[in-house]
Amino acid sequence: MHDTFTIDRRGLLLGAGTLALASSLPLKARAQSPRKGGTLRIGMADFSTSETLDPTLMDSQFQQNLHWQLRNNLIEVGPGGVLIPELAESWKGSKDAKTWTFSLRKGVTFHNGKPFTADDVIYSFNLHLKEGSKSQARPLLAQVASMKADGPNTVIFDLKDANVGFPAITSAVGLYIVPNGETDFDKGVGTGGYILEHFQPGVKSVVRRNPNYWKADRAHFDTVEMICMKDATARANALLTGQIDAYNSVDAKTVSLLQRSNAIRINRVKSKAHFAFPMMVDQGPFTSNDVRLAMKLAIDREDIVKRILNGFGSVGNDHPLSPAYQMYSADVPQRSYDPDRAKFHLKKAGVSDLKVQLHVSDTPFTGATDAAVLYKAHAAKAGITIDVVKEPEDGYWSSVWSKKPFCATRWSGRVNEDVIFSLVYTADGIKAGWNETRLNDDRVNRLVEEARREFDTEKRRALYAELQRIVHDDGGSNIFAFSDFIDAVSSKVTHGELSGEYMLDGSRAAERWWFA
Amino acid sequence: MNIILSISAKRLALGLATLLTISLIVFFSVELLPGDLAEAVLGQGATPEAVAALRHELGLDRPAAARYVAWVVDLLHGDLGRSLATGRSVVELVADRLGNTVVLALAAAAIAMPIGIGLGILSTVYRGRVFDRVASTASLAGISFPEFFTAYMLVAIFAVKLGWLPAVALVGSGENWMQRIALLTLPALTLALAVIAYVLRMTRAALVGVMAAPYIEMAYLKGVPPVSIVIRHALPNALSPIINVVILNLAYLVVGVVVVEVVFVYPGLGQLLVDSVSKRDIPVVQACCIIFAATYVLLNLLADILSILSNPRLKRPRQQV
Repeated sequence: MHDTFTIDRRGLLLGAGTLALASSLPLKARAQSPRKGGTLRIGMADFSTSETLDPTLMDSQFQQNLHWQLRNNLIEVGPGGVLIPELAESWKGSKDAKTWTFSLRKGVTFHNGKPFTADDVIYSFNLHLKEGSKSQARPLLAQVASMKADGPNTVIFDLKDANVGFPAITSAVGLYIVPNGETDFDKGVGTGGYILEHFQPGVKSVVRRNPNYWKADRAHFDTVEMICMKDATARANALLTGQIDAYNSVDAKTVSLLQRSNAIRINRVKSKAHFAFPMMVDQGPFTSNDVRLAMKLAIDREDIVKRILNGFGSVGNDHPLSPAYQMYSADVPQRSYDPDRAKFHLKKAGVSDLKVQLHVSDTPFTGATDAAVLYKAHAAKAGITIDVVKEPEDGYWSSVWSKKPFCATRWSGRVNEDVIFSLVYTADGIKAGWNETRLNDDRVNRLVEEARREFDTEKRRALYAELQRIVHDDGGSNIFAFSDFIDAVSSKVTHGELSGEYMLDGSRAAERWWFA
Repeated sequence: MNIILSISAKRLALGLATLLTISLIVFFSVELLPGDLAEAVLGQGATPEAVAALRHELGLDRPAAARYVAWVVDLLHGDLGRSLATGRSVVELVADRLGNTVVLALAAAAIAMPIGIGLGILSTVYRGRVFDRVASTASLAGISFPEFFTAYMLVAIFAVKLGWLPAVALVGSGENWMQRIALLTLPALTLALAVIAYVLRMTRAALVGVMAAPYIEMAYLKGVPPVSIVIRHALPNALSPIINVVILNLAYLVVGVVVVEVVFVYPGLGQLLVDSVSKRDIPVVQACCIIFAATYVLLNLLADILSILSNPRLKRPRQQV
């Protein structure tokens, strides 16, 4: 699932043909055992001067990385989406999947010396749940009816409804564990592998290794610096000249230039991040499923992956799951470009001359505007006129997305199938303001709930396959591409298998990498 | 001297009025932009209730006029307020950044001004000769290239190819003076290249204007060598426009460095302003704009005063200015 390939003179791999082989190689085997020391400097593309270390306010890539340098979750997501016990040693659900008991790790202390206990977990989760909270994690935790501590090392969550996928949610961005009663979050106190030294929002952060870190085999660097670097060329130059050791969001157009340098390795990981043109199913021409199907058939996905993503991605199939999810179904037929069938569906819908406005800016993803113009050309062959409306970059999420019936969007993926489906494709999702297509399908609502109650993996797989088919057939999401994460790293840096949850090894490079 | 004082006092008062007008324009233009801080901070994941909660917490649900008046009242008490987004004091946010910007501007000025004025003088001395034409063409090119282009070219040559200088100016990691100078060289050089051209051309134009005067011809007839004609006889009378261009370019170096700050990842004030506009963080935007505007107003005032001091005739004007 996670193609990790390296291109340098000593490298193992040599092109797309060997990808499958590379992914099956245990990458750890080639790496020496981790060595301690050194200063890792990372150039971060995504940041803002308005950032704080308040867990309820997020979330740029910069914040995620910094939080996970300083703090831990109950559960960590490893390579391949595997759940790794972090501050929770183990967890267990009741038979009805409504009560979840987490056993917490003993002997862990915060940076300020305070021992970690169940109260800290309850306090940290309540930050998101309490009235007036601004947290994006709040909808994820809305299912929690009550939390209680059973002694210092056990936390019990009672859910309003069954959810087999609940433990995975505790790994989410934002659900970092802070000390009970903490209010001054900018001190950065946590149980993580590094201690905060300096943090200037929009400029840089510096952390140093926590000598008492409870994970003995993690956090190898003496110090980690993250530097805010908006300009893609500046990041590339800084890496080429050795001023930084890694950076994220590599511009796909420059990858081939970077690969000429022996001092640089390109890390490419398949991700859950997808790009789409959502249509609101309760608006205008999109109320007709035939019109929606015509729109989905009128886009040449291969062409967009080739030209907009420069090949660093794969085609989407109008549902939100990529093979990076465990419940991905390969049985849903891949939709491809077919202007004639699009015409057929338009005729069936009784629409002869379809004209639609597509609202875009480059805020959701770089190249969104170009993708829309390309789509316009594809759709013209099916007799559809797409009028591309260029919107301002900032204010896009508040005044265009979820407001205009047809626009551009990006999802970076979620911890599990349940979260992405229930957040974006259900009636609850409409209430929470995340359901961008306003799809309100009784079968979808029911299947999502059924899957939450189902412990049996094979049965769940069938339920999710059904969900993928329904959203693919009837939904309003025109999901045309999944993008790869591309990071550029100095060849001095070594690591194990990479996680595709986020860029930079699931935003945990500082904890997982080391200098060779 | 009294006249100079009274002119300065009037200009200062005018400057303050200008600053107030600017703050008014800035505040209400940011109001006109779509979305507000609550939406900008919460981004795609903003649920309506979260936006409402944040808006209330920040006082964004109060009318704009009331928020503006409150801001001005605080300002008059010497309080720049707190950033809406981080709750940090604006003074604290701005102080570091302003210091960085000023250091970079001074470094650029230290390169640009002597070179610009020197080349301008030489161009006048060798007017019409090869040196003059080369300098003129080169300076036109210098003005025409966009700064990011100059910057990328310098980085490609001096950092990536030759490896002499760092590619990005990561200041503030406890570097010593030598390292700091190395870090600042490329951004300062980029800025200087844009400014040298202006200074050169203005110096030359001012000197050439004076060179047409009868007393210069007299000096020629007396056999004074060209270099000393330009420096001893012409330059003092051309100082006023040269001072003007030098100081206005100094203002530009402080205010117009956003592109250079982005390309060299330099934590200056311009970058802070751009980021804060996109987050609709009005107190920070206002503070940055006021600082930029004040820089212009004060440097303009300084240019005027220095012009007067350098021109004896203006010290005794026939009528009050």
